[in-house]
Amino acid sequence: MASRAGIVRWIFSRNRSAVAGARGMSTSWWRGVEPAAKDPILGVTEAFLADPSPSKVNVGVGAYRDDDGKPVVLECVREAERRVAGNLNMEYLPMGGSIRMIEETLKLAYGENSELIKDKRIAAVQALSGTGACRLFADFQKRFLPDSQIYIPVPTWANHHNIWRDAHVPQRTFHYYHPESRGLDFAGLMDDVKNAPNGSFFLLHACAHNPTGVDPSEEQWREISYQFKVKDHFAFFDMAYQGFASGDPERDAKAIRIFLEDGHLIGCAQSYAKNMGLYGQRVGCLSVLCEDEMQAVAVKSQLQQIARPMYSNPPVHGALIVSIILSDPDLKNLWLKEVKGMADRIIGMRTALRENLETLGSSLSWEHITNQIGMFCYSGMTPEQVDRLRNEFHIYMTRNGRISMAGVTTGNVGYLANAIHEVTKSS
Amino acid sequence: MASTIPDEMLGPAPTSGSHGPSVFADVVQAPEDPILGVTVAYNKDPSPVKVNLGVGAYRTEEGKPLVLNVVRRAEQMLVNDGSRVKEYLPITGLADFNKLSAKLIFGVDSPAIQEKRVTTVQCLSGTGSLRVGAEFLARHYHQRTIYIPLPTWGNHPKVFALAGLFVKTYRYYDPATRGLNFQGLLEDLSAAPSGAIVLLHACAHNPTGVDPTFEQWEQIRQLMRSKTLLPFFDSAYQGFASGNLDADAQSVRLFVEDGGELLAAQSYAKNMGLYGERVGALSIVCKTADVATKVESQLKLVIRPMYSSPPIHGASIVATILKDREMYHEWTIELKAMADRIISMRHQLFEALRAKGTPGDWTHIIKQIGMFTFTGLNTEQVAFMTKEYHIYMTSDGRISMAGLSSKTIPHLADAIHEAITCVN
Repeated sequence: MASRAGIVRWIFSRNRSAVAGARGMSTSWWRGVEPAAKDPILGVTEAFLADPSPSKVNVGVGAYRDDDGKPVVLECVREAERRVAGNLNMEYLPMGGSIRMIEETLKLAYGENSELIKDKRIAAVQALSGTGACRLFADFQKRFLPDSQIYIPVPTWANHHNIWRDAHVPQRTFHYYHPESRGLDFAGLMDDVKNAPNGSFFLLHACAHNPTGVDPSEEQWREISYQFKVKDHFAFFDMAYQGFASGDPERDAKAIRIFLEDGHLIGCAQSYAKNMGLYGQRVGCLSVLCEDEMQAVAVKSQLQQIARPMYSNPPVHGALIVSIILSDPDLKNLWLKEVKGMADRIIGMRTALRENLETLGSSLSWEHITNQIGMFCYSGMTPEQVDRLRNEFHIYMTRNGRISMAGVTTGNVGYLANAIHEVTKSS
Repeated sequence: MASTIPDEMLGPAPTSGSHGPSVFADVVQAPEDPILGVTVAYNKDPSPVKVNLGVGAYRTEEGKPLVLNVVRRAEQMLVNDGSRVKEYLPITGLADFNKLSAKLIFGVDSPAIQEKRVTTVQCLSGTGSLRVGAEFLARHYHQRTIYIPLPTWGNHPKVFALAGLFVKTYRYYDPATRGLNFQGLLEDLSAAPSGAIVLLHACAHNPTGVDPTFEQWEQIRQLMRSKTLLPFFDSAYQGFASGNLDADAQSVRLFVEDGGELLAAQSYAKNMGLYGERVGALSIVCKTADVATKVESQLKLVIRPMYSSPPIHGASIVATILKDREMYHEWTIELKAMADRIISMRHQLFEALRAKGTPGDWTHIIKQIGMFTFTGLNTEQVAFMTKEYHIYMTSDGRISMAGLSSKTIPHLADAIHEAITCVN
C-alpha cells in the first residue's frame, strides 16, 4: 500500500471545540507509525485467498484439510459442543484455567498414570494455545531468571523468535536442520548443547518439528537427554502435534517421557489446535515440573500473576470441549481414532508425493518427504523456486520451502508433484 | 503465605531424588488476587448465610449466574450450523464482530467509522484490549506515562506497567462527598505533561460507581484536547449503567465528535454475560484512514507473539446477536432488565438502612451508577462484616450490587449497621 505519510488534514466537525491548542488538531499522533511487515506464514493464506486461479493450491498454513481440501471439525468435537451449547454458564474460569482440562492434558504429556501428577509436582495453567503457553513461559523465565537466555533450533516456527523477543529474553540458536541430508544435524546439535554454558535453556520440539518435519530418533533423544543432564540444561518442550506425528499420542510423547525418566525438570507447552482441530478456540496448557508440591503451588501462582494483566483468565469454551472429550471414554476413543485418521492421511500423502516425483523421473532425492514426520515437509526448495511455484503454478507455500502436507490431496498431489519437478529439474 | 498442605506430606515425593534442584526453587508464592481472592475465600466458608459481593459478575434474584436467553439462542444457532468450522481467526479477529463492536460504541452513524479512521481488533475482553492498546502505545507513542483515576479497578496498574507504561494517578473519588472530586481531577489533568495518556472509565466507574455528568465530561474533553492528552477509554459496562446502550457511550462519542484521536477498550463480559468467553475489542480512532491501516498492522505485531489470534466462540455469539435486528432488540431488553434489577437493589438497600436509622448519609448508594457501590466502609469494618456476618467484599469497601437479592439485603443492612455503630 502506498504510503501517504505526512498528509496533514483538518477534520471539521460541527461540534468542534474552539480550543485547538498550540500543537493543533491537524496531525495524527501516529503519523510516524510504519506499516508492519506481513506475517510470513499467515500472509501466504491471504495471498492464496486473493488468487482467482481455479487450480490454486494452498500448502502454506499448517491447518489440517481432508482429502477434498476442506477444513475438518472432528466428530468428537461436534458432540462435545452439542453438550455444551445452551446448557452451561459462562462464568469466569479461575486465572489458571479449567482444572479438569488441565488434569486431562497433563496425562497426555506426562502419562496416564504418571506419579508426577499424583505427587502434584506439576505447576500447570491453561493457556491460549501453543503461542500463549510459550509466551507465559517466556515472561515467567524473564521475571524469575532475568539473566537467562533461550536456545532456539535453526530453523524453527517463526513466531518462536517473536515470542521470546517480546518477553525480552535474549536468544541464541543451535544447529538442528542439515540441509545437505535434509535431516537432523545431530553432530552440530550435540556440539551446541555441549558448548552452551551450563544451565542454559533450550527450546525443543517434542515431535513433528516445525517447519522441517525432522525429529531426532529415540536413541538420539536419549543422548540429548544425557548431555542435558551433564550440562544441567533446562528443556522446554513445545508439543503442538501430539498424536499428529505418528498417529499415536503416546508414541509422540516419547521424547518428553525420556527426559522425565532421566529426572529432568522440564517445561512444556501443549496445544489442541491441530490434534483436536480447535485452532480458533485457542486451547492449550503450560506446565512446569517442580521438585515438590509446594514449589508447584508457588510456580502456578506466579504464572497466574502473568496471565492476570494479560487477559485475566483464559476462554472457557474450548476448555469445556477438551474436558468433555477426554473425560468421556467413548469420546476419547473416538478422538484417538480421528487423530490417527488425520495422521494416516498425511502419511499417505507423503508417500504419494514422493512416488509421483520419482515417477516423473526427478533426478533429485525425495526420500526426505517420507522420512520427515508431521504436518510439514521441508522440501529443500529455494525461495526463487517457491516464487516460481506461486507465480507460474498458483501453488502457495512459505518461502522457506515448507510444504504443509495437510494441504495435499489425492486431487492435487499430481499437479503439485509436476510443478515441483518443473521448478527443480534444472537444479 | 501459609500452606494448606500438612507438614508430613512435604517431604521429598517418591518420584524425586534423581534430579537436581529446580531453577525455579526460589519462586515464592504470589499473594491471592485481591478481587478474585474474595471468591476463593467465599467458597471456603461453610456458613449458610454467606453472601458474595466481591467479583463483578451479575447474579439473578436467586443468586444464580445468568446466561442471557439471546445468548443461548445464538449459541444453539452456531452449533446447529454444520457448515461452521474452527479455523484460526485472523490475528485481528472476526471481521464482522469488529465492525459491529465499533458501531456499538461509536454509534452506527459515526463519521469516524464512515471515514474509515477507526481500526478495531478483537481482544480478550477488557483486560486483553487494555493490554494490547497499552503495548502499542509503549512502542509507538511519544509519551510513556498514563494517568489512572484514584481509585480504579485493581488490575489496571499492572496491565499498564507490564505493557511498559509509567503509571501516575489523578484525583477522582472524594471520600467526603462519596462523589466526584471534579476540582482535583481538573487540577491533576492540567498539571499532566502534554501528550500524556489518560485512562477514562466510559461509564459506571469501577469501583466507585461515580461518573462525571455530561457537562463535566465536556469540560474534561476541552481540557484534555487543549493539553493534547490522549484519551484511553475503558468501556466495560455499556448498557449496564443506565440500561441504555447509547446513553452509556455518550462520554466516548463526545470525544470522537471533536475529530480527535483516542483508544477505547470494550468488554462484553458483563453486558452480554459472556464473562468466561473473553470477548472484547480495542478500537483506535485515528486522524486518517491511512494512519488507521498502519496502526492496525502494528497491533498485529503485538498480538501475534502474545497468543497469535483471539478465540472464536464468544465473538461469534456477539456478532450473531448484533447483526440480527430481532436478536439485538431482545438483547437490549434483557440488558435493561439486569440494569433495572441492580437499580432496584440500590433502592432497597438504601431504604433498609434508612429504616434502621443507620448513622450517616447513604444517598450515595442510589446516586452511584453501575454494578458497584463504594460504601465508604473502612478495612476494619469490612473485616468485621466478613467475620461476623459472612459477607464477602473487597477490602476497599466496594460491594457488587449484582450479588444482592431482596432476601439478602436485610442481612447486609444488619451487617453495615453493626459495622458502622460498633467498629471504627
